Amino acid sequence: MISIQNVHKSFGDLEVLKGVSLDVNDGEVVSIIGGSGSGKSTLLYCINAIENIQKGKIIVDGVDVHSKETNKDKLRQKLGMVFQQWNSFPHMTVLENAALAPRIVKKMSKEEAIEIAKKELVHVGLGDKFDVYPTKMSGGQQQRLAIARALAMKPDCMLFDEVTSALDPELVGEVLDTLRLLADEGMTMICVTHEMGFARDVSDRVAYFHEGVIAEIGEAKQVIIDPQNPLTQKFLSKVR
Amino acid sequence: MGALIKHPSDPFLTTESGQGMDYEFHWNVVFQNMPELLNGAFVTLHVSVLAMLLGIVIAILLAIAKMNNSKPYCYIATTWVEIARNTPALFQIYMAYFGLGALGIHLSPYVAVLSALVFINAGYLTETFRGGFQSIPNTQYSASKSLGMTSIQVYRYIILPQMLRRIYHPMTNQFVWSILMSSLGILVGMGELSGTTQRLQSLSFRTLEFFMVAAVMYFIITKLVLISSSLLSRKLFKGEI
Repeated sequence: MISIQNVHKSFGDLEVLKGVSLDVNDGEVVSIIGGSGSGKSTLLYCINAIENIQKGKIIVDGVDVHSKETNKDKLRQKLGMVFQQWNSFPHMTVLENAALAPRIVKKMSKEEAIEIAKKELVHVGLGDKFDVYPTKMSGGQQQRLAIARALAMKPDCMLFDEVTSALDPELVGEVLDTLRLLADEGMTMICVTHEMGFARDVSDRVAYFHEGVIAEIGEAKQVIIDPQNPLTQKFLSKVR
Repeated sequence: MGALIKHPSDPFLTTESGQGMDYEFHWNVVFQNMPELLNGAFVTLHVSVLAMLLGIVIAILLAIAKMNNSKPYCYIATTWVEIARNTPALFQIYMAYFGLGALGIHLSPYVAVLSALVFINAGYLTETFRGGFQSIPNTQYSASKSLGMTSIQVYRYIILPQMLRRIYHPMTNQFVWSILMSSLGILVGMGELSGTTQRLQSLSFRTLEFFMVAAVMYFIITKLVLISSSLLSRKLFKGEI
């Protein structure tokens, strides 16, 4: 359970989040849509404590993310994050990429870590790529590797930051299929996305961000097909 | 100038009839002095390895200082790098030996050449290290952090291994450069390969033979360094960047 309470975030004089509140229940999939600069990616970075906040609170499973007492490295083990740029570790094989964090962060034995890594790689359809170096793979494959790498830490929740935006169009499908699979398995997910079809079909709820606030939030099909807020209507008419 | 006196051991003088190039090679004296030449080669390798190791340590500190926001450190590092990279190695060695000597600080030829090489190595390697570090995208750091790694783990497993690949070959080049530049030790009477060669040829007058052999020895040393470096890199770095 993630609870975001009246969060304010500024970069210098620029206020990016102007009081955002949102509760995400276990097993729920929430998609965040909105124009660039509306603060949607920043919110994910704040949930993961990569960015700090100026006001408000973010509670993940009862832990106050930005409290000084919180061990942020420990907290991040619960929150898997996948970025727009896939960021595979180019000096390691696919298997080593996925097995590294379980081994050094969770202190698993090498065998255990490799077993989990293999399982997650098969899960995302990279079962035949264990010994390949990521630079030899397509963007879509590298993005699926990034997902498997995060899943290998057995997170309670996954944060996806525009994971298909940097991909060639023909590679978008395979990554979205992987996200669909995770959603069907009951993973709690927050997806910042520009894929309206995905937001409509896969998420339980959709939030529309506009200039640092949630302008509209509701059941996915309702927000995408029949938005109530004129700002959402305008945005969706442009991206369709 | 008048007629030149022919001297049998002087290869560069011509006869009055203009027929020169009747130089006879005498290799025996070179081979007799082989132990001394090998000793000189050892000193060459010795000073270059030491100059490289000390240079790396200082360059790491200078690179950190240069990337640091604190002004005085950054200023010192920048000055060091600028002087080291934009003045001749010859000048550095003269400053260390004669310059400091004039100020009453008398360094041995070995220490003078070593300090000059360390100074220059550190200057060049600082830029190599800084460039290598900055070439690793920031996103590698945030991606690693998002997996729960501590900052130390991120550097140990992600940033430094990638950086090492990128600076490895520039570092090898710098090492070869050091080996070749240590030959400037000849100017301050240092007993490395060139200095030894110079001394032996002036005793025997077999200039060409001694310098040809010395050149071959330099070639073999640098080739061995390059070959072992590339073998090591194949073992160290699997995969591609």
